[in-house]
Amino acid sequence: MSKFRKPLLIIGLSVLASAATALAGDGEHFKLGRVATPDELLAWDIDVRPDGLGLPDGRGTVAHGMEIFDENCASCHGDFGEAVGRWPVLAGGKGTLQADRPEKTIGSYWPYLSTVFDYVRRAMPFGNARSLSDDDVYALTAYLLYLNDVVTNDEFELSKENFADIKLPNETNFIDDDRTKEPFYADKSEPCMENCKPDKATIKAHAAILDVTPEDAGEDDQPANGGIE
Amino acid sequence: MKTETTRTTRRALLRAGLAGGTAALTTGTAAGARAAGDPAITEIQDWNRYPGKGVDATPYGSPSSFEAHVIRKNVPWLTSDPISSVNFTPLHEIDGIITPSGLCFERHHGGIAEIDPNAHRLMVHGMVDKPLVFTMADLKRFPRENRIYFLECAANSGMEWRGAQLNGCQYTHGMVHCVMYTGVPLRTILNEAGVKPEGKWLLAEGADASAMTRSVPLEKALDDCMVAFGMNGEALRPEQGYPVRLVVPGWEGNMWIKWLRRLEIGDQPWQQREETSKYTDLLATGKARRFTFLMDVKSVITNPSPQAPIRHGKGPLVLTGVAWSGNGRIKRVDVSVDGGRNWHTARIDGPSLPKALHRFYYEFDWDGSELFLQSRAIDEAGFVQPTKDQLRGVRGSNSIYHNNGIQTWHVTEEGSIENVEIS
Repeated sequence: MSKFRKPLLIIGLSVLASAATALAGDGEHFKLGRVATPDELLAWDIDVRPDGLGLPDGRGTVAHGMEIFDENCASCHGDFGEAVGRWPVLAGGKGTLQADRPEKTIGSYWPYLSTVFDYVRRAMPFGNARSLSDDDVYALTAYLLYLNDVVTNDEFELSKENFADIKLPNETNFIDDDRTKEPFYADKSEPCMENCKPDKATIKAHAAILDVTPEDAGEDDQPANGGIE
Repeated sequence: MKTETTRTTRRALLRAGLAGGTAALTTGTAAGARAAGDPAITEIQDWNRYPGKGVDATPYGSPSSFEAHVIRKNVPWLTSDPISSVNFTPLHEIDGIITPSGLCFERHHGGIAEIDPNAHRLMVHGMVDKPLVFTMADLKRFPRENRIYFLECAANSGMEWRGAQLNGCQYTHGMVHCVMYTGVPLRTILNEAGVKPEGKWLLAEGADASAMTRSVPLEKALDDCMVAFGMNGEALRPEQGYPVRLVVPGWEGNMWIKWLRRLEIGDQPWQQREETSKYTDLLATGKARRFTFLMDVKSVITNPSPQAPIRHGKGPLVLTGVAWSGNGRIKRVDVSVDGGRNWHTARIDGPSLPKALHRFYYEFDWDGSELFLQSRAIDEAGFVQPTKDQLRGVRGSNSIYHNNGIQTWHVTEEGSIENVEIS
């Protein structure tokens, strides 16, 4: 008798706990949907990870990548990845991450090469996504490595086999989210309510000086900082 | 025919008279003191004499033509092309906690996908017992839930890191909205495929021309995420992901994949473009924080504000704004009219729901003097909204994302208002 009492109590408690938090459908199977076919998985599963998981078979050279880039990419990204207008800069910017105006490119900022391959394959060229062959994407990725001086030989060929060996220079400069350790978050004391500042407020910066608000902005006005990324 | 002409002429005359009357009405509160009386009362108005349009004049319905200025607006210089761009919620024109669907800010990376729901599929695969495909009809046969959540872009207020830049809360804070979602808990759908024990991350992908992707920790996916097909009681708007989107409560808007077509389970994050080259927070040290998912405690005064100056002169004034936190509910909002020297606890009105907008009010008699308006929110986890200088002191000015600093509006004696930073 006493052998059973404890387990029964535990079961009773867990039922109560789950009843309190349970939402409609929790833990149930509804037998909805159907099994995906191998061809369907092949058609949609195009993501690539830094360790190379998801890479398709294929290869492409820097020289071939340059041809594709000039034809499909340079009109927005510039002949050397320097960008036209406000389109993304792809190359350069080395050593600028602590500068007043950081230039975050594949070579100066991006941590992983797989991101370049994955993104070009899924979303580029802008306006004609999914139009490049896997070999073309390898070639373009190789050319972007060349524009960023990660490879220096224009006969370099990137392939599924050597892909995961290539590291981008800024990989080690990414850290985990530690915002809760920032002093103003770590300190959860009640904030000051009265006489919190000794002096009357004085203005140290006006939006009106820059005034880049759309209704008031002239064609030539430029923002003080980069825009939405 | 003749009668109609006469009537039209009379209408036109009445309208001309009314225009004058409206001008008189808006110039001051003393209008009623005139011996002749207020023409809005003493003269018969058009709408009081002639019947209006019948039912079905606008089968869906639309706002009053007098509210035509209440619209989303973009900032053309921010981006190269409106296909990959953003516009902003007119926070200064709305009240309560629910954002009307047509005013919810838009952010697209490859334009708005116009998807036939009959041709839409949701695939679940990767580290699961069996890869599954669902139609929209399938999704609507799972048990549903309704939840109100804010959605904030991580780059909201991003232009203000270097100093006051844009004159209006629509532009400084308008990449946030809050609606009621209808959908299926994500865990219900994942459970249908059976997540394997080694699964730790989820990749969500959109069907749009950017094939937007983000990695989501499985713990979050199984907690409170939703696969939503409804907003504010109707189908999602195309610009919000019709026919189905991911809802990731309290976390940055970029993760709420619109036009959701694929969910993959894996044991590592995929390090996609939007979680490496973008949506990482560059610090002054040159290091960058990644996977900064949660949207911190934040608030802003929406009225008065630069786009909504004080036009009524001295006397009773309704100050209002919104507050929100990815940690849960807002516990308190304090308001200062002297730039943070003294604070007054505001009144929160309406529902107080976790990870939803909260509406606050602070009513006072304005004496016509210069004001420096600020609001400071505190969430139920005890986090206090920091100042912009506190944020810059730790992070520098190049983070772009997660700027939740206290906003200052300078009110002049005339009632005009400007975005400023103060000592």
